[in-house]
Amino acid sequence: MTTSAGFLTGLTEPQRGQLLALAETVRFPSGARIFDEGELAERFWIAEEGSVALDVHVPGQSPPIVETLGPGDLVGWSWLFPPYRWHLGARTLSPVTARQFDAAAVRDRCARDPDFGHALTCAVGSVIGRRLRGARARLLDLYGPPRGGGR
Amino acid sequence: MNVPQPYQVVGRDRETADTVTLTLEPVGDPLPAFRPGQFAMVYAFPRGEVPLSLSGTTPSGTGLTHTVRAVGPVTSALAGLRPGHHVGVRGPFGTPWDLAAARGGDLLLVAGGVGLAPLRPLLLRALDEPRDHRGVALVVGARTPADLLYRDQCDTWAQRAPVAVTVDRPEPGWTGNVGVVTTLLDRVPYQPRNTTAYLCGPEVMMRATARDLVHRGVPASRVFLSLERTMRCGTGHCGQCQLGPLLLCRDGPVVAWDRAEALLAVREL
Ligand SMILES: Cc1cc2nc3c(=O)[nH]c(=O)nc-3n(C[C@H](O)[C@H](O)[C@H](O)COP(=O)(O)OP(=O)(O)OC[C@H]3O[C@@H](n4cnc5c(N)ncnc54)[C@H](O)[C@@H]3O)c2cc1C
Repeated sequence: MTTSAGFLTGLTEPQRGQLLALAETVRFPSGARIFDEGELAERFWIAEEGSVALDVHVPGQSPPIVETLGPGDLVGWSWLFPPYRWHLGARTLSPVTARQFDAAAVRDRCARDPDFGHALTCAVGSVIGRRLRGARARLLDLYGPPRGGGR
Repeated sequence: MNVPQPYQVVGRDRETADTVTLTLEPVGDPLPAFRPGQFAMVYAFPRGEVPLSLSGTTPSGTGLTHTVRAVGPVTSALAGLRPGHHVGVRGPFGTPWDLAAARGGDLLLVAGGVGLAPLRPLLLRALDEPRDHRGVALVVGARTPADLLYRDQCDTWAQRAPVAVTVDRPEPGWTGNVGVVTTLLDRVPYQPRNTTAYLCGPEVMMRATARDLVHRGVPASRVFLSLERTMRCGTGHCGQCQLGPLLLCRDGPVVAWDRAEALLAVREL
């Protein structure tokens, strides 16, 4: 009785197959850095098991976590848009199993197959939209002291 | 039920920096039994009266439990009460959570902040009646780890049902999820078409959650929200809590999303 949603549900069955054909399964131990802010975004991942933290480098303190990702989530989207550099860092919070993709190979596939490219861009766009909505909701500090309404 | 009945504070538990849980027992005759989702008007002498949802019952069966967050004069006075102090209580008021709607299906409870309080008695009842439904799952969002209500109880519930917790802002040492509560809707098991969802928290959070659940296939008529507006009389007379055609103290606070969606889209003055 599971919903098994996540990034891949944004694609049709054949498109999912086409994308996954480009993947290899990788494992990270707990506490591993997957990528760092500013580096070239040459790969991306879909988490299958475990938890990944997105963090920001702040001098003099351990990187604050801005969001955590789990099974089914897309880890990284900067690989799809110029300048192809990570805006955040990512680190595992537990042992993680993930599908790993070579960004150049996926971008190349998008360029050769516009239907696939459009679907994948829409799927990544909806992930970015969800994260933007989440970030905005957190800016509102909804659970903070009431300023005229809401518990 | 419309004259405040004297109740005595018999228990006080601090939950977070600004929130306490009060256990009340009647001094005389108890009020009629409250159902999960309903609320009481609780009078802190001489400050005034506020609506508070039922957050639990007591072993005696006659007592009431309320979890109160100090946000203003009356709630601060209530949060400062100690065992032996007295309050006046009217109720029960409003619509309860519709647990029967979930019979045979999955229950998904989604709480934000102090919104976990009104969901707690529903969760406990659902956990006590496991044969009535397929599964129960709880998703909780809070501002920081220190703002999480019922932390020890969450651990106990997690042994009996899937429980997922997230915070907006982590603190050092927090190893759990960070992000809005909607990011957890894929992390607990339920079959959307066969699910009844119960949401309680800030209205913005409930609207986002209801939309996401309906998008996943949960029927809008089975997504229930606990809505808040300022309430005075509790009996549908003063009109303070009007939302479109609804008087929320009488027709709410629990309203299904198929009814609430359009009403919540109307801008208020
Ligand atoms: C049906 C219902 C059930 C409730 N259950 C609980 C509960 O279980 N625990 C709990 O702590 N609180 C609950 N509340 C909210 C609680 O009633 C208010 O926080 C309280 O009325 C504030 O009164 P005050 O005198 O302390 O502060 P006030 O000075 O009246 O208000 C302080 C601040 O809180 C805001 N506020 C006042 N009333 C509300 C409201 N209804 N919703 C959101 N913000 C409000 C005000 O705009 C102001 O910014 C519930 C409200 C309703 C309508």
